[in-house]
Amino acid sequence: MTALAENLNAVDRRGAAGRLSDFFWKHPHVLLTVLLAPPLLWLGVVYVGSLFALLLQSFFSIDDFSGLISYEFTLATYRQLLSETNLDIILRTVSMAAIVTIASALIAFPIAYYAARYAQGKWKVLFYLGVMLPLWSSYLVKIYAWKLILAKEGIVTWFLGKLHLQWLLDAWLSLPVVGGNSLSVSYTGTFIVFVYVWLPFMILPIQAALERVPTNLIEASSDLGGTPAQTFRHVLFPLALPGIVAGSIFTFSLTLGDYIIPQIIGSSRLFIGQAVYAQQGTAGNIPLAAAFTVVPIVIMGAYLFVAKRMGAFDAL
Amino acid sequence: MSTAVLFDNVSRHFGAVRAVDGVNLEIAEGEFFAMLGPSGSGKTTCLRLMAGFEQPSGGHIEIFGETAEGVPPYRRSVNTVFQDYALFPHLSILDNVAYGLMVKGVGREERRKAAEDALAMVKLPNYGSRRPGQLSGGQRQRVALARALVNKPKVLLLDEPLGALDLKLREQMQEELKSLQKSLGITFVFVTHDQGEALSMADRIAVFNDGRIQQLGSPEEVYKQPKTRFVADFVGSSNVLPAKLCQKLGVRSAYASLRPEAIALSAPSEGALSLSGTVAAHSFLGAVNRVVVDVDGARIAVASPAALAVPTIGSPVTISFAANELHPMEDA
Amino acid sequence: MRSERNRSPLGLKIAAAAGLAFMHVPILLIFLYAFTTEEKSYQFPPPGLTTQWFAVAWNRPDVWAALTLSVKVASIATAIALVLGTLCAAAVSQTRLFGRETISLLVILPIALPGIITGIALRSAFSMAEIPFSFWTIVLGHATFCIVVVYNNAVARFRRISGSLIEASMDLGADGFQTFRYIILPNIGTALLAGGMLAFALSFDEVIVTTFTAGQQSTLPIWMLEELIRPRQRPVTNVVAMIVVLVTFLPILGAYYLTRDGDQIAGAGK
Repeated sequence: MTALAENLNAVDRRGAAGRLSDFFWKHPHVLLTVLLAPPLLWLGVVYVGSLFALLLQSFFSIDDFSGLISYEFTLATYRQLLSETNLDIILRTVSMAAIVTIASALIAFPIAYYAARYAQGKWKVLFYLGVMLPLWSSYLVKIYAWKLILAKEGIVTWFLGKLHLQWLLDAWLSLPVVGGNSLSVSYTGTFIVFVYVWLPFMILPIQAALERVPTNLIEASSDLGGTPAQTFRHVLFPLALPGIVAGSIFTFSLTLGDYIIPQIIGSSRLFIGQAVYAQQGTAGNIPLAAAFTVVPIVIMGAYLFVAKRMGAFDAL
Repeated sequence: MSTAVLFDNVSRHFGAVRAVDGVNLEIAEGEFFAMLGPSGSGKTTCLRLMAGFEQPSGGHIEIFGETAEGVPPYRRSVNTVFQDYALFPHLSILDNVAYGLMVKGVGREERRKAAEDALAMVKLPNYGSRRPGQLSGGQRQRVALARALVNKPKVLLLDEPLGALDLKLREQMQEELKSLQKSLGITFVFVTHDQGEALSMADRIAVFNDGRIQQLGSPEEVYKQPKTRFVADFVGSSNVLPAKLCQKLGVRSAYASLRPEAIALSAPSEGALSLSGTVAAHSFLGAVNRVVVDVDGARIAVASPAALAVPTIGSPVTISFAANELHPMEDA
Repeated sequence: MRSERNRSPLGLKIAAAAGLAFMHVPILLIFLYAFTTEEKSYQFPPPGLTTQWFAVAWNRPDVWAALTLSVKVASIATAIALVLGTLCAAAVSQTRLFGRETISLLVILPIALPGIITGIALRSAFSMAEIPFSFWTIVLGHATFCIVVVYNNAVARFRRISGSLIEASMDLGADGFQTFRYIILPNIGTALLAGGMLAFALSFDEVIVTTFTAGQQSTLPIWMLEELIRPRQRPVTNVVAMIVVLVTFLPILGAYYLTRDGDQIAGAGK
């Protein structure tokens, strides 16, 4: 018996599975198609299809009399989107996203820097879990925790009262834009909760970027006479920048699309997410809701384009 | 003796790159066959074509008389020792060695016995319960060998198996591989870029360059009579005499090769050929002195026994060699 | 130089510690509030401590119904995500260049886009196809954005299996299915388990897409959201919040221990 035939018998014992395996081996593209068909059918066809269907709706309009969608191509909905009230909403959301991003970066940097450069062994694990656990713990519970904290009778008021600093809070709350009846119904409250909830998304990419900076680069800089401040400014910060940009993609995008945080903690003035929710729900104006969703998509598209050029994707 | 592996005008192209380009070879059963060449010369691709990891773009391959095209690796009675050993990290050494038998449906007890025998054969008894990560490079190499041999392949393919070992271990393994091959009588096909390894172990050598076989022959033939300039350079360190000198010596070919150790730094004896030139450089290599002689602008290396005196640089010298040491070559 | 690396500036230490405290104190407060005797407000410090609310929460059928639904949804969504995510990862690891980035983008899209967009898109797709909103529409919505965590974990591990391992298996006589069962699966197993745990945690917690793909059903996050907007019995919400924190911590810790050697939990994919 020849060598190949001997082995053939061994495979024949595996019957159908062996024959199918042979078929896939000879036609690797068929195997690839079989593997990819189910996920691509769902994500590529159904999901992306419904995204496009949604975007398409923004080119229709609502008939003012019947309240039904008229399926005719029009830019009327976009004209409506650019009305003063709606522009206000967009501007409010984008400004909030911007300051939330800056504040997150400021708070995140020392944590990421310490974790990447100084924490060793057990402390490193502790830092890692210290970021991962808040990241993954329940979004609603985190918001709820701040409802407790920011309430008029809550811990912030109590704490400032103990320090006899109640006047400071009152003064802040009496300011025009950022103030309000209490922290939990002010922009300040919305801002704090946004920063809190998205902070881990900023820490992780910065830490990843900093960890890729070789120690000897820092030693080289100080060896060349750089003071710690100079080393930071000229060596560390530029190298950490892609991480900060990567983190800002999350904080910016998440703030643009969120509608629950400003609904629970904040003033009654709307953010984009709330506008979308209101338009598709109570108002029943799907075209305008769709047009509103285009805003974060366009902003994030532009943002991603710039971020990619800055090399932020390597830090994700 | 029958043919183990036959390549008939085999090519393998990757896009525009011709990794293997019209290779013909015939490996006999029981032979220790080496494929020698620099990286990118096509030798590893030839090995992968034998194993079934690649399919030829053109030509025909037979293994023991049966067409190999379209036969998946798992249906060939050919086994491979990988360059990085490719031991399964999640399995014990014993399970690694028994893997081939397990997937073929051999019973638990029987395959345990076979695997233990194979480990004993490569001098690693009692290592079965360890994990690949706990072994040294040399030990992993032996496990990879046992894992392939336990399947009793008709042809064993070895892809630079000694490349990662240090010199001492490499020499020891060369001997062991050679004696293992003799005692098992299995055809070994061995890929290497180390000419010393190929010369000392193989029955025959195919020298590869640019996807083609430059020369196929016994180690002695390849070493002493390089057919092309590439072989002369790559195998050993033969001098290549340019056309001008060939003419002078009455050789009809454009180039000829001449090994340094075939040349003497003395006046010619009867029937020998000679050239005169000046000493350009010399260096001490232990058993011999390497003396470079400039003959009409061509630099010819001479291996002169260390016992003889070394002429000073710049002094005129006559070199001589037997006429049959001068081998005409096919091309540049 | 060594001393410089080990000695951190005091200011940095304080900033890092304060940042960590900022992230953890609110969650710890939830634990305190679960024991408060105050019913009508969020008064701090609590006027007294009690464990009675655990019993009250235990006897609330609406909490149990929401919890059961969430566990069911998360289990099935995780199972679907495991299959689809592994298929994608296997396919991507097979192809050398073609379409690799497109597939990655496609998988990440549901989580990269604001949840409200995914939610509305799926909602209008379901209503266009005249699929009534049900348990299964919630599951499909969740599976859509859970695929990415499984995919990220599996792709990282596939990358670590060197190609020669698979070739070695085939060389030793194992066909494609045997190679998958004996070589690939044991090597990606822990990554899949970790990815599955994270997918479970993600689904268990999701509220935005759920509000659009659910009919009358109320998952635990939806229940919480209603309590947040219109509080009925605050102490019960406190207890549920604490339990949710504990329940989500377990899979995160588990996933961390499964993947700590080498690839990281694909946290950035959340």
